[in-house]
Amino acid sequence: MTAHSAPTATVLYDIPGPHTRKRHRLYGILATFLILALIGWIVYLLFDTDQFTAAKWTPFEYKGIQELLLRGLGNTLKAFAYAAVLSLVLGAFLAVGRLSDHRPVRWVATVLVEFFRAMPVLVMIFFIFVALKVQPLPALVAGLTLYNGSVLAEVFRTGINSVERGQHEAAYALGLRKTQVTTFVLAPQAIRAMLPTIISQLVVALKDTSLGYLITYEEFLHAGKLIASNLDYDLPFIPVVMVISPIYIGMCMLLSWFATWVARRQRRNPKTEAVGVGPAQPGTLMRGGR
Amino acid sequence: MDVLTDNFSLYGKGFLGTLELTVYASILALVLGFVMASFRVAPVGSLRVLGTVWVTVLRNTPLTLLFFAVLLGLPRFGLVLPFNVFAVIALGCYTSAFICEVLRSGINTVPTGQGEAARSLGMTFGQSLGAIVLPQAFRSVIPPVGSTLIALAKNSAIAGAFSVTELLGTYKTLNELGYSIIWTFVWIAVGYLIITLAISALFHVMEKRWGVAR
Repeated sequence: MTAHSAPTATVLYDIPGPHTRKRHRLYGILATFLILALIGWIVYLLFDTDQFTAAKWTPFEYKGIQELLLRGLGNTLKAFAYAAVLSLVLGAFLAVGRLSDHRPVRWVATVLVEFFRAMPVLVMIFFIFVALKVQPLPALVAGLTLYNGSVLAEVFRTGINSVERGQHEAAYALGLRKTQVTTFVLAPQAIRAMLPTIISQLVVALKDTSLGYLITYEEFLHAGKLIASNLDYDLPFIPVVMVISPIYIGMCMLLSWFATWVARRQRRNPKTEAVGVGPAQPGTLMRGGR
Repeated sequence: MDVLTDNFSLYGKGFLGTLELTVYASILALVLGFVMASFRVAPVGSLRVLGTVWVTVLRNTPLTLLFFAVLLGLPRFGLVLPFNVFAVIALGCYTSAFICEVLRSGINTVPTGQGEAARSLGMTFGQSLGAIVLPQAFRSVIPPVGSTLIALAKNSAIAGAFSVTELLGTYKTLNELGYSIIWTFVWIAVGYLIITLAISALFHVMEKRWGVAR
């Protein structure tokens, strides 16, 4: 992945001339050397502290351990699936509430959204788990749903509000009622335009399923911890991290890339033209949205 | 109600712990985020790659996994530090990836013509950066940096589960003492609200003073 030296002037630099290019190449070689030295040092540390001994890596050959990890991964994905679906539903409900014509409904929805967005997810999960004495999975799913649902409610609402005014004026002029205008005219355009942002928020939900580890839900990280604290295999802590983190990061990266891909497709799509917001960059969310 | 008055010192300690964690991790995240952002806009290819990898990996890492790896993993390399230092490192590194992206997009909002004009007036790189580009970029990054730091304050709750003294962790002690668990959590929630609202107010004031009028 050699970064292409873009031949355009940026706000910071002009197009480099031959001298500057030579200097930059020198810097590049020096920097590469430093980075390689750093990587080498880390690898040396890994070997020096005996992280690659057979005793620490054999557990991954056992069927039981592989099944334990797979079961953990399955539980992670299960929690994610529940949380994603439920938070989309809750988000839709809260968004409808915030856009309601009735003031009390609007108030209630606003208070709920603002409160759940301001609270750390973990506090909610612990509250449900400890104070309401709920099982780990429902507690995790409920916490994630409340938080991500209220963030998604704001995403939906911004989307609907940023559909061009002419669209709903035209719909009202045709004699549609408010519900019809929202469901047939505004929501389809808003959802299409906000899809990248919605997917990025689901990445947050996927990342946050790992909080289940803290309330002893038997998810992926929990399975890793079980293996890592096994004395028989000489406490294979670093190997466990080296096995589970690429899988975790890979899953989240796939979903993030999907969001970027959707965003790139949106930009060429005439169906989202009437929505005022530029297709959201993945990762840039509403306040406190990660 | 008497949960708070009876255990004011415990809550106070937890509150200060969260505050400390937030402040130190914010400083680390801002510094590291600035360094990584400058790597990402550097004309040197290998630094750009380093910055991109840093951001992509850390943005897609669950924070719990990072805490797990840093707090329980680094001691395996013989690096033994107090737990709250580890927590600051984990939180700071994680947030630096988000800060980096905010700063980079802030620099990208400055029109290219601004830099070209500065250079055609004969300004050096340092001058155009310090007098032209950064002041304009700074104005547009105030709100997103604020929301990133609010997210950091909320994320600091995870440190409590890894036996760092902070606000959420106080529930365990109070639970054992037999206080009403609901009220315990109410006061914890109030503590977090105070911190996040304070950050949000601070950045609101900053935006009023220096922000771009849109």
